[in-house]
Amino acid sequence: MAKSKSTTNATTAPEGHKSRRDFIVVASYAMGAVGAGAFVWPLVDQMNPAADTLALASIEVDVSKISEGQSITLKWRGKPIFIRHRTKAEIAEAAEVATTDLRDPEEDGLRVQKPEYLVVLGVCTHLGCVPLGQKVGEVRGEYDGWFCPCHGSHYDSSGRIRKGPAPTNLEVPPYTFLSDQVIRIG
Amino acid sequence: MSEKQFSNPAVRWIDHRLPIFSFLNHEANEYPTPKNLNYFWNFGSLAGISLVVMIITGIALSMSYTAHVDYAFESVERIMRDVNHGWLLRYIHMNGASFFFIVVFIHIFRGLYYGSYKAPRELLWILGVVILLLMMATAFMGYVLPWGQMSFWGATVITNLFSAIPGVGEAIVTWLWGGFSVDNPTLNRFFSLHFLLPFVIVGVVVLHLVALHRFGSNNPLGIDTKGPQDTLPFHPYYTIKDFFGLSVFLTFFAAAVFFFPNFMGHPDNYIPANALQTPAHIVPEWYFLPFYAILRAVPDKLGGVLAMFGAIAVLFILPWLDRSPVRSGRFRPIFKIFFWLLLADCVLLGYIGAMPAEGLYVLVGRLATVWYFVHFLVLLPVLSVIETPRPLPQSISKPIFTGGGAMAGAAAAPKEKV
Repeated sequence: MAKSKSTTNATTAPEGHKSRRDFIVVASYAMGAVGAGAFVWPLVDQMNPAADTLALASIEVDVSKISEGQSITLKWRGKPIFIRHRTKAEIAEAAEVATTDLRDPEEDGLRVQKPEYLVVLGVCTHLGCVPLGQKVGEVRGEYDGWFCPCHGSHYDSSGRIRKGPAPTNLEVPPYTFLSDQVIRIG
Repeated sequence: MSEKQFSNPAVRWIDHRLPIFSFLNHEANEYPTPKNLNYFWNFGSLAGISLVVMIITGIALSMSYTAHVDYAFESVERIMRDVNHGWLLRYIHMNGASFFFIVVFIHIFRGLYYGSYKAPRELLWILGVVILLLMMATAFMGYVLPWGQMSFWGATVITNLFSAIPGVGEAIVTWLWGGFSVDNPTLNRFFSLHFLLPFVIVGVVVLHLVALHRFGSNNPLGIDTKGPQDTLPFHPYYTIKDFFGLSVFLTFFAAAVFFFPNFMGHPDNYIPANALQTPAHIVPEWYFLPFYAILRAVPDKLGGVLAMFGAIAVLFILPWLDRSPVRSGRFRPIFKIFFWLLLADCVLLGYIGAMPAEGLYVLVGRLATVWYFVHFLVLLPVLSVIETPRPLPQSISKPIFTGGGAMAGAAAAPKEKV
């Protein structure tokens, strides 16, 4: 840096002042840094999701085909989405729980847009396994929801963590009802 | 190498155990460089930077490329359309290959003119020719990867060169292909080798630099440096000159990438490979055209292949073909003329290589091919004997034409070491 300190020439400013050459040196380094950054950013950004990946980042589902008590599993952004058409009993059960008893306190009403359809990401918040409870006959845990076989986390009928090592509730993905039957996830 | 005393104690601690800082200081900072280098000496560092740019963009591209005949073309199109900045990375890589060759060709002709291949720099030169060969192999295999029509048919034609080898030719070609035609196994291995060879080039470049730093750079006068009065420390004098050259180079490079990215390519390579139809006019990339012209000039399959490889092979023995003790073309009046004729001949061969192999082009191509070999195999050895070089300056520091007395002896004893 600042080679000019050792040089003696006509443009050298009086003691304690920056010379014009100092300015040129700093400006050159700054331009070099900008140029290097402009080259490095594309190299870094090319590893982010590409346009075609982003284009497939939302899916649409017709939920009217799911009968009461039934669950379906979909793939969204490479991960499973659970959609459960909950029974009246399951809805009531989820609504009854006092949030103070929960590890990750959240009202059931805030986790659904229509109480009968629960949409959650089927990924255990502990270490990423897919919990059981989607298919008929599978273990659903002690709270009528899901049970993760990896390390024994129990989720209730609102997908909230009730027992086991998982720290938080099953994540609710961003979704909107396009009509009464069709939702778009993502 | 003497150990330098650094002011930073951490640097001093490391350097005492691992003299990396002394090494860098010695080879890149205080490294004594002839003070009379002209801008043709910029092209070595430009070539090195080009190699780095190619490796960096290549690694990025390989993250989105699929080496399979069914997906390769589409994955390249996806890079162009969907991958973030993919178009930029590919255009830099694509044009980077051409600019790398431009830089290296200038670097080579610089060496030819100023006699940089002569003792004691023969190995330095030979390592450079090895780099050229590796570059050609790498560039060829890289051109196959997009799996367009030119990729496919270029691969077919070039691999078929080896079928000219008597007896085992067919077996070698089958081995190269991993099948009975250029197909998926060929594409896979070309991708693998295209990834590997640049790092081999880096290794040979390191050897090239070790050999260079043994005796230091040649210079436009072609005489040895005789002491500190003839040299400058590499930093800051040549670092800043190299950076200035780099900024000029990058201006041209960026202009090509942003405004004429496909100027040096072939539109046919945007048609997916079709094993059932050859494009009407198939030519290699521009940097192979002179060699392609030599290949076609010989009306015999094996002869053509031998001539083409021979065009590189003569470069390996060049230090022993040109026996003149005077390095720089500045002091060789006849050599100088033939140097420019050789350059014109290579450009002509490049032009012929791009033209269809018919009519007058064939004849001109043959004459130009003959001239190329005559230059190296006949003219240079003969010139070494019959040419009277002009008087050499005593040293880089001394002006060339002052006084007279000292210069008189130079013609009789052209060797600069007295």
